[in-house]
Amino acid sequence: MATALADIALADIDPVDRRPALIEGAPTFHGITEAVSAPVEWTPPLGWYVTLGISLSFLALFGVSIAWLFWEGVGIWGNNVPVAWAWPIVNFVFWVGIGHAGTLISAVLFLLRQRWRTSINRAAEAMTIFAVMCALVFPGIHIGRPWLPYWMLPLPNQMEMWPQFRSPLMWDVFAVSIYGMVSLIFWYLGLIPDLATIRDRARSRVRQVVYGVFALGWRGSFRQWLHYEKAYLLLAGLATPLVLSVHSVVSFDFAVSQLPGWHTTIFPPYFVAGAIFSGLAMVVTLMVICRVVFKLTHVINPLHFDRMARLILLTGSLVGLAYGTEFFIAWYSGSEYELFAFKNRANGPFAWAYWTMVSCNVISPQVFWFKKLRTHIPTLFVVSILVNVGMWFERFVIVITSLHRDFLPSSWDYYRPTFWDLATLAGSFGLFFTMFTLFVRFLPMVAMSEVKGVLPQAHVHHRPD
Amino acid sequence: MADEKTYGLLAEYSDPETLMRACAQVRDEGFSRWDAHTPFPIHGLARAMGLRRSWVSAFVLVMGLGGAALGMLLQWWVSTTAYPLVISGKPFFSWPAFIPITFECGVLGGAAGAVLGFLLLAGLPRHHHPIFNARRIGRATDDGFFVSIEAADPKFDAEKTRSLLETSGATHVEPVTA
Repeated sequence: MATALADIALADIDPVDRRPALIEGAPTFHGITEAVSAPVEWTPPLGWYVTLGISLSFLALFGVSIAWLFWEGVGIWGNNVPVAWAWPIVNFVFWVGIGHAGTLISAVLFLLRQRWRTSINRAAEAMTIFAVMCALVFPGIHIGRPWLPYWMLPLPNQMEMWPQFRSPLMWDVFAVSIYGMVSLIFWYLGLIPDLATIRDRARSRVRQVVYGVFALGWRGSFRQWLHYEKAYLLLAGLATPLVLSVHSVVSFDFAVSQLPGWHTTIFPPYFVAGAIFSGLAMVVTLMVICRVVFKLTHVINPLHFDRMARLILLTGSLVGLAYGTEFFIAWYSGSEYELFAFKNRANGPFAWAYWTMVSCNVISPQVFWFKKLRTHIPTLFVVSILVNVGMWFERFVIVITSLHRDFLPSSWDYYRPTFWDLATLAGSFGLFFTMFTLFVRFLPMVAMSEVKGVLPQAHVHHRPD
Repeated sequence: MADEKTYGLLAEYSDPETLMRACAQVRDEGFSRWDAHTPFPIHGLARAMGLRRSWVSAFVLVMGLGGAALGMLLQWWVSTTAYPLVISGKPFFSWPAFIPITFECGVLGGAAGAVLGFLLLAGLPRHHHPIFNARRIGRATDDGFFVSIEAADPKFDAEKTRSLLETSGATHVEPVTA
């Protein structure tokens, strides 16, 4: 049967809808199964062990940093007065932002019928979940009394105390944790048919049982597919407003305060655009590596990078527009404190951070106006890393430069991170990359069933009534 | 009728198009206990199989609204009864401030409803199913397109059903033991 399909002449242009084929080289259905299952079934290449080793060492650094923090207290960080919300909050917002592209690619592009998403949605969703895990660590360890984070939850307790629901910080607790849960559900639902594929290909009993348990007994029955598709569509419909709400709520943490530089109505859309921007950049970084290491260059091909680069250009320019608008409003508002906060960003002691942010986020993505550069893998890789650096600095600029000089000059101060600030940030990358490295080894990193569905031979053109 | 040891017949087709034509035939013959097995969802197959729309949406609606209602109720009870606090001189039940959490709880309820509805309606998780006794069914999650007809179907006749499947363009037809 596989050969029968291979015999059909297929160019890289879909013969019916005349669009470029989404998967290069006209593979068969079985070819997709083989290519995607291979990393899960083969002995991994040496590079995988090296990556896992490096990631684990950073994860250990994370463990040590947190242990030392719990032993010694938040004094090991550079947080001071007035910069009481320092690196931990920068890192929190950074990681939550990274976590936005997964749901964007899975849900928003699904609803917009962007079929190119199928090659990258699985990995992007996994990335989302791991990024949210990293993000959730930071508020937990930042509270100073790390044995009390359950105070943030509405739990009955012997003190008869309850959370204060008018606070944006409480909204944030709900938004981020529910976002994590819904992303996990969405990801797992998408995995079920592919786990069944791995189960059916298993040669050993252990694999068959383990993947079989998680495949829940899926048998590819169309009566199951009918409900599956409906559930997937509705989850996408629910996740779309959710992804827009999460970073809006994160931005309320700042916007609802009265601090110049934070107290602006532009924050929700500006944060959402920035989050999607940084998340897409992280997807590009990861996919550039994975497609080469795991021989998936025909499944994740220049067409997909071209589409992602366009989105990066769009969201990067939106972020640039937001930077400009902030300055305009600071001047137009006539509030001298507001105007000072922005002049201080561009010319003050943290001007280096501000201009790093602008160069990385606004200037570097402009190379994507050129089609050649949108599909040039080394350029994509470099720009994606620059964007992530820039987006980390965006949060640094927002949190630290706004706090370090507020209304009262007598309380102004400079902020310097300590070794442990750096170690905790580097360690959180260890957590992220450890999870991602394990993911690409043990779970199919491309949604096989969805990719098969976008192959030209999957479409039925003459439907019986 | 077939003996109790037979679950039914499983026919394999070479591509989605033949499968869809075969499904339309099986539907027109009036079978009720039958199914198609495919590696990915095929558009238009629900129509060819005569299946009606999925009711997962009802679960999502009910649980989504339920989640939102519970979220608002929790905040109302905490803020007015369990632990009333005066914050910026606002009323205890200052509902606009409770909208974000109400919305998030609604999404959580809806997402849980989508998954629960899917699992209930699709009959999952399930430990075993007789269809897994078929030799070729493993390809349904790889590159095989199948139609299965249960022996328990009132229209089932070992000989006639087999020839129906064979003439509908199947490349293989195999009996499945129960």
